[in-house]
Amino acid sequence: MRKKRYVSRSIVFVICAIFAIAFLLPTVLTITNSFMTESEINANYGAVFNDKQSSSFQSGQVNLKFIPDKVTMSQYVNGLIRSPDYLIKFWNSVLLTLPIVIFQVGIASLAAYGFTRWRGKIRGFIFFFYVILMLMPYQVTLVPNYLVSKWLNIYDTRWAIILPGAFAPFSVFLLTKFMRRIPYSLIEAAKMEGAGEWYIFTRICLPQCRAALYSIVILVFIDYWNMVEQPLILLNDPEKQPLSVFLSTINTGEIGLAFAMGTVYMIPCLLLFLHGEEYLVEGIAHQGSVKG
Amino acid sequence: MTKTNLKEKFHKPDVRGRLAAWKAQPAKRQDFLRSLCFLGPSLLGVIIFFVVPFLVVVYYSVTDGSSDANFVFLDNFINLFHNGAFHIAAKNTLKFSFTAVPLAVILAIVLALLLEARIPMKSQFRTFFLSPLVVPVASVVLIWQVIFSYNGTLNQFLAVFGADKIDWLKSDYCMLVVTVLFLWKNLGYNMILFMSGLANIPRELLEVANVEGASPVYCFFAIKMRYLSPTVLFVTILSLIQSFKIFREVYLLTGSYPYDGLYMLQHFMNNTFNSLDYQKLSAAAVVIALFMVALIAILFAVEDRFGKDVEG
Repeated sequence: MRKKRYVSRSIVFVICAIFAIAFLLPTVLTITNSFMTESEINANYGAVFNDKQSSSFQSGQVNLKFIPDKVTMSQYVNGLIRSPDYLIKFWNSVLLTLPIVIFQVGIASLAAYGFTRWRGKIRGFIFFFYVILMLMPYQVTLVPNYLVSKWLNIYDTRWAIILPGAFAPFSVFLLTKFMRRIPYSLIEAAKMEGAGEWYIFTRICLPQCRAALYSIVILVFIDYWNMVEQPLILLNDPEKQPLSVFLSTINTGEIGLAFAMGTVYMIPCLLLFLHGEEYLVEGIAHQGSVKG
Repeated sequence: MTKTNLKEKFHKPDVRGRLAAWKAQPAKRQDFLRSLCFLGPSLLGVIIFFVVPFLVVVYYSVTDGSSDANFVFLDNFINLFHNGAFHIAAKNTLKFSFTAVPLAVILAIVLALLLEARIPMKSQFRTFFLSPLVVPVASVVLIWQVIFSYNGTLNQFLAVFGADKIDWLKSDYCMLVVTVLFLWKNLGYNMILFMSGLANIPRELLEVANVEGASPVYCFFAIKMRYLSPTVLFVTILSLIQSFKIFREVYLLTGSYPYDGLYMLQHFMNNTFNSLDYQKLSAAAVVIALFMVALIAILFAVEDRFGKDVEG
């Protein structure tokens, strides 16, 4: 019996390990390949990226490699120092994502407090409407966003993406779920002591939600850092595109550079993830069911 | 009830009376104003950026494009449904969503159950499974190209077994590729949700079942699945939303005009944006919105039927 259990656990471990490798491989390969020299990249992957240009397939061999023959930082130097293009696009990503994260979480924490502290038929209905809105794909919301950006004359500026992002209901939904877990007696007690709403909000509610706020910041940041749909429609000027879009327009001659810049692009996300993984997991786990 | 009575009831809502009653209750009024202070900014933004423009979208979808905007009722929708590009885009997106979403749910349950076993490195595995979530699609797209291109690693690997070369992204296998990419990115997130769902099942129940000699399979279907049903609903809806974002992968891999089998709804929207056909755009947005609402309502109804005895 004991032996049988041992065997089944080993099998589970092996399956998990296989999955783990499959999940990690693309990320790890991108990072290791970013340290290759351009000639090594061309030798290894030339067959893949050259067929983009010539219609006839070349019969080259691809050589997917883990460890570069010669470790070099030259791709990073090229991308970050020699040509400002990538840095500008990276900065574009920052300028789009950071305001969205700050505004969305700020506005959402106010609204979540409103939904938590006062209940009522109308507010219940509004919350339900937020959930529906949250579930709408970009194919639906981008058309209204486009119209507004034209009316407000912010089309082709960062604000066309930032403003709708700031009011996106995702954070409101998640934060409300968290705030409703705060024992009501805590708020009641504060009220008895004569605390005002603002005091209760900033001194009791928000500190209680610190973990939730962190996990929401991570989730929102990752989502918008990865944006592709909005800039394609709301930004016309190629100069204003974030790196997420720009990386795909790279020339075939610069594959090594693309690996390096792809790695640079994932660094902020990876750092946030490694630092806040526990909070992130908790944040995801507490989403629970859509109801309630 | 007499007729006049009915009339009074429905045609003369006692606005003035209710207003007076409202004024007479200062506590209620204060609450309302206070809640407005907190909800106000968000509500205002949602109304300006989503509600009002969406109403205009609905208006555009039932009028023609001329300057005096004649009411054409369903013409735009009929045109949309006769549009070949929309057909392909809708078909591909539906085909993708209806294969990828169930797979994402089932495999995530499997992963969550696997991590329930007492194995070493459990928390590391969780981290590894979750890691694709935080990696931007744009960063790893090159590796996907290396793997799935005609001269790529996968074909080389298959050649060892004597298989013919397949052009993964430009043949009917493309759906398979994007499904794999979708699962790669979203399984971890779903798995976390199922893990927390599994953790919420009362331990005693499982212990009793164990003592009574219930098989693990019975345990899973009779107990665990019942408790997981709200989570299944949530994960299904979440994956559905994510599946509409597969455009990112497809666009970054293959650009604005991919192989026919990968032409997604977002491609259609982008190309319609380029031609600035507001009527077509609006009709499409309204159709997709209605479709989503209907689908979510159905999912809720299904969950309501199967999971109601364990809720709360």
